[in-house]
Amino acid sequence: MLAWSVVTALPLLWAVVSSFKTDDEILNHPWSLPSTPQPGNWARAWTEASIGRYFFNSLIVVGGALALTMLLGSLVAYALARYEFRGNRIIYYTFVAAMFFPVFLALVPLFFVVQQLGLLGTYQGLILVYAAYAVPFTVFFLHAFFRSLPAEVAEAAFLDGCSHGAVFFRVMLPMARPGLVAVGIFNFLGLWNQYLLPLVLNPDPDRYVLAQGLAALSVSQGYRSDWSGLFAGLTIAMLPVLIAYVAFQRHIRAGMTAGAVK
Amino acid sequence: MRYGRWRFLAGALIPALVLHVVFVLSPYAQAFYLSLTDWTGVAGEAHFVGADNYRRLAGDSLFVDAVRNNALLLVVVPLVTIAIGLFLASMLHLGGRGGRRAVAGSGAYQIIYFFPQLLSLVVVAVLWGFVYNPNTGLLNGALRALGLGGMAASWLASPSLALPAVMAVLVWSSVGFYVVLFSAAIDGIPVELFEAAVLDGAGGWATFRNVTLPLVRDTVQVAFVYLGIAALDAFAVVQVMTVGPGGPDGATEVIGLSLYRNAFQYGKFGYASAMGVALFFATLTLAVFALRGGRRSTVEVS
Repeated sequence: MLAWSVVTALPLLWAVVSSFKTDDEILNHPWSLPSTPQPGNWARAWTEASIGRYFFNSLIVVGGALALTMLLGSLVAYALARYEFRGNRIIYYTFVAAMFFPVFLALVPLFFVVQQLGLLGTYQGLILVYAAYAVPFTVFFLHAFFRSLPAEVAEAAFLDGCSHGAVFFRVMLPMARPGLVAVGIFNFLGLWNQYLLPLVLNPDPDRYVLAQGLAALSVSQGYRSDWSGLFAGLTIAMLPVLIAYVAFQRHIRAGMTAGAVK
Repeated sequence: MRYGRWRFLAGALIPALVLHVVFVLSPYAQAFYLSLTDWTGVAGEAHFVGADNYRRLAGDSLFVDAVRNNALLLVVVPLVTIAIGLFLASMLHLGGRGGRRAVAGSGAYQIIYFFPQLLSLVVVAVLWGFVYNPNTGLLNGALRALGLGGMAASWLASPSLALPAVMAVLVWSSVGFYVVLFSAAIDGIPVELFEAAVLDGAGGWATFRNVTLPLVRDTVQVAFVYLGIAALDAFAVVQVMTVGPGGPDGATEVIGLSLYRNAFQYGKFGYASAMGVALFFATLTLAVFALRGGRRSTVEVS
């Protein structure tokens, strides 16, 4: 058990430590600690190697996609869980079945759909596509959640004269908060880590998201032998996920494993 | 409360359905048709060629390499990941006093194990690219420090080591998730069963074989499907980490990479779509087999 902890943690720690070393130290003393920490590596990665720009691109795209996914996903899940109507099951399975298809199958036609809509290489295009591929899991997860909520509260709100929309936004969404938080974190991680979709749909280097930018850097910086800058970029890319994990680790593990078992 | 019901339902469902049909369902449907054409991306220039693309796949040596590598990944990665995951999960639970208590700090272990699962596979691939670096990498450095310098190698550049190196990365990144998953499953087993096993004089291994394993079978089955689907992908790790990528000499080629290259570098969109369809059927077959043949797959793990 201890051995696996070492196997897990050592490469990560090594990368973080290396991000504070000089290139010379990385090449000649891979094991030593940095003699003097080099915060300049981080600054160089952030500005010159564009990690900062990729970071903000990721923030914009993931923020937009997450908001859209949560809004659409919770609306669909609620409507399907709480209203009986013809076609309810068909719509539910239409969404859920898509979870099990490999994205590679859709890749080529998806590229042309996005191109024809004039959305190739735009934030809007990525946001819409990210959301489209994140909605099925969100529906699947929240459908079960809305079913488990008591119906009496919603009925009371109807008697008080609330419209359907008001019941959803003012009553049901606040009640569903634990579920929304769990699936929200899950979606954040999934969207933040997207690689295949931006690789194909986002060819403009100025709009690269973090994963895409880091992959491109590891090729170009490798040629320029800016190892320390690359280690710093790698560490910067790991940080948001590490912070999210430390803050929400219970939710994260519970949410992700719940998705696997159900 | 009928008033406004349909208006609300339409407002709730239609935007998401439009998005779903345009960006998810229609591409999936189009892929099947495109795979039967010779389309190269020029509008109106797609000719129907029937099963030609599929016949060409069989003669495409790089694609055959990809299928072979994916098949190997499909067998090795789930088996190794599940074996390590089950071992660690049962040790965390039963490795403590009396053979039926959680080990001290089991929560902390789970937190550490789980972290790589959260990283983008690109980040993981860049990191392990450094670890495998023949001169400055962590792995060769560790081997030399342990006096095993003779085992140091250029991991990603030699044809026989590159694929195992990729497999190790995939296992490394996913074990933590399955430790947590299997831990949750073991938590669900009544403590009395373990106590009875200990009273009957069963050792750790016998308890694991006769109590733990049969009772977490369903979870193992789900794990097989998940890991199998991940092993059929492996795109990000191979594309970022390996030489070529996909090399040396096709040693780490995977179907996703072939598809990506044919479509977005060579412009053979019809041909690439045929690869997508092949991958789809592989995934489907895998899911059906794993869920039907669950009984056998758990026996293989033990």
